[in-house]
Amino acid sequence: MLNIIWLGLIILSVVFGIITGKIPAVVASVTESAKFAFELALGLTGIMSLWLGMMRIAEEAGFVRALAKAIRPLMRRLFPDVPIEHPAMGAIVMNIAANMLGLGNAATPFGLKAMAELETLNPRPGVASNAMCTFLAINTSSVQLIPTSAIAFLAAAGAAHPTDIIITSLVATTFSTLAGIVAVKFLEKTPMYRLPKPEVSYDVQPAQ
Amino acid sequence: MMFSQLSDAISNGLFLLMIAGIPLIAACKKVKVYEVFVDGAKDGFQLAIKIIPYMVGMLVAIGMFRASGGFELIFSWIGPFFEKIGVPTAVVPLAVMRPFSASASNGILLDIIKNFGGDAHVSHLAATMMGSTETTFYVIAVYFGVVNIRRTRHAVPAGLIADFVGIVASIIVCRLLLV
Repeated sequence: MLNIIWLGLIILSVVFGIITGKIPAVVASVTESAKFAFELALGLTGIMSLWLGMMRIAEEAGFVRALAKAIRPLMRRLFPDVPIEHPAMGAIVMNIAANMLGLGNAATPFGLKAMAELETLNPRPGVASNAMCTFLAINTSSVQLIPTSAIAFLAAAGAAHPTDIIITSLVATTFSTLAGIVAVKFLEKTPMYRLPKPEVSYDVQPAQ
Repeated sequence: MMFSQLSDAISNGLFLLMIAGIPLIAACKKVKVYEVFVDGAKDGFQLAIKIIPYMVGMLVAIGMFRASGGFELIFSWIGPFFEKIGVPTAVVPLAVMRPFSASASNGILLDIIKNFGGDAHVSHLAATMMGSTETTFYVIAVYFGVVNIRRTRHAVPAGLIADFVGIVASIIVCRLLLV
């Protein structure tokens, strides 16, 4: 899917660029975007290290596991392939909690950690597991409880009731998250996206 | 104004609670906080380096498409449809751009609020859309990048379905709740 979208974006931008006469801008955007991407990734390093360090402390103190246990029934239903005691569960819970609270720069490190932990349970390297897709569906549906930056924009523009959007966002985001979960659970069973039957060597789950 | 200060105070408070609270309680449980912190933080660099190729790939393709005027073409195709169902066309760029770029969609939201004012229905609708959707392509590229996943299976369609439902729900909810 990403192959098609990526190629499509590049080919179409050349075609559109020729039609609209914006080829110089397209060419300039290539180097600019590449540089920006690198700076963005590098800029993440510090904050990523900070939160991963915090997370390790929280793990050692047993918070993460306690948090995962507290919402065990929900987690078990969402991620049936992940053992409840596995560190992946803790990282997933931390990521969703950080997203809900709007702590975006903490959410990314927890999310990347969760993916790395889920990969240790993945018998097929290079192929996304069901748990990974479910985790991403929840993540990409946005679970933020209070859209702080949007409220700040409205308030700055002199809105009388900028907080009106809290309730509308909450309702809309609930629908989008539910839709994401339903879609991911439905699609994982369709012939197009179903995982291949495990080969002999994959019968045994790798030891943790 | 009051609330944005309050929400700032809340997010600052939560931030500090985590930064100070986690080590404090852990120390009470006899965790060697600094050593453990450094040990965990070591992974930060590796993770950041691993996502560079995926970020470059995704952001270059999206940047090229933006520069070519491709998004404007899509807006002009979808615009009439939005108009027909009575949705202000000003939110079309936001709806289309949202899954691709956080900075671009933030800019569009700011523009809408600036042009129509903080009390306009369009502004509230745009803010609600922003709050109920995510930069799906960026998240998928980076999260899968860190574990070298190349076959993303149903993650992209599921994420886009969630975004689509978020946008439709925003339109309906804003029409019902905000008059």
